[in-house]
Amino acid sequence: MQIKHAASAGTLESSDITITLKPADSGVTIALDSSVQKQFGRQIKAQIEAALKALDITAVNVVATDKGALDCTIKARTIAAAYRAADVQDYNWEEINSWIN
Amino acid sequence: MDQLRRTMMFVPGANAAMLRDCTLYGADAIMFDLEDAVSMSEKDTARVLVYSALKTFDYSSVETVVRINALDAGGAQDVEAVVLGGVNVVRLPKTETAQDIKDVDAVITKVEAKYGITPGRTHMMAAIESAEGVLNAREIAQASDRMIGIALGAEDYLTSQKTYRHEDGAELSFARNYILHAAREAGISAIDTVYTDINNEEGLIRETSLIKQLGFDGKSVINPRQIPVIHKIFAPTQKQITKAREIVAGLKEAEAKGAGVVAVKGQMVDKPVVERAQYTLALAKASGLEVD
Repeated sequence: MQIKHAASAGTLESSDITITLKPADSGVTIALDSSVQKQFGRQIKAQIEAALKALDITAVNVVATDKGALDCTIKARTIAAAYRAADVQDYNWEEINSWIN
Repeated sequence: MDQLRRTMMFVPGANAAMLRDCTLYGADAIMFDLEDAVSMSEKDTARVLVYSALKTFDYSSVETVVRINALDAGGAQDVEAVVLGGVNVVRLPKTETAQDIKDVDAVITKVEAKYGITPGRTHMMAAIESAEGVLNAREIAQASDRMIGIALGAEDYLTSQKTYRHEDGAELSFARNYILHAAREAGISAIDTVYTDINNEEGLIRETSLIKQLGFDGKSVINPRQIPVIHKIFAPTQKQITKAREIVAGLKEAEAKGAGVVAVKGQMVDKPVVERAQYTLALAKASGLEVD
């Protein structure tokens, strides 16, 4: 999946996370701001990285603002942001379902 | 025993915290809303969020329902996501004809086949929110073997009737009774509309007592505070429980003897009375009352 332009998904409400994906020439960078950064920062980044890998996104700059989101919310917001950034409206549910849990 | 549907709580599909916490309030069913509660610009994100929640959280203590969008407004994608996520019931908004049910049934059937899901696992229910929908309730209720219930959506319906909610509910009398008859004829549940004045507990009690008297299975709920109020009204009395226990004991005795007729205190009890007794005990158990 190719990131064509910047796109976001999520909210700044409690238990949610906002994920913004921006095009990059190569590699994945993640700038995370989290209310639980010290305890779970590494885990949140790992969840985002895993979702990006599963979506076959290898070049992207990620900006994430977390308000205590659980793993399933982080994955859902990353997927939605990726589909928006790639300009793909029809989700490949079969592919998503093969890795999400 | 039929599934209890005393309360069906609306949960906005875009709200991550509510998707996590919604089972804590004790509703019999949770209805994740992808339709009116989600803005047009967030339909895609809410759909993934609900799918991910269905795949992750333990919702086994409740019946899960998702209100999808119309098929031509993202509903087909909604169906694929939530059926794959394992939802119990797909709820159609603004159902007006039996064809609406058949169209969604066809999409569900296709999705179940695509993913090797047991055919018929996914149930359906219809929300009736217009005069046309009310008048077609019989056909709607019988349009698919997947159908488990009909819900009345009063706000849109009353607008179409050129009136609005009144305290005595007279304006909903025909729709409630007709939908109820259609549901009973089809052997499915009838769920009453929401009570929107969340700070008026007296009004909620009055309306719930009325719809229970009519025979509804329960109400849609928009605030968790309404759940215990409704459940209390649906709880059977001690006298009803005692009588139900006697009838069910009579049933067990008849089964043990291989007798075809259930008798309690020397009197024959008809099958519908036995079924009502079983339902009473299920209500009592769900209400936390002693049944054994």
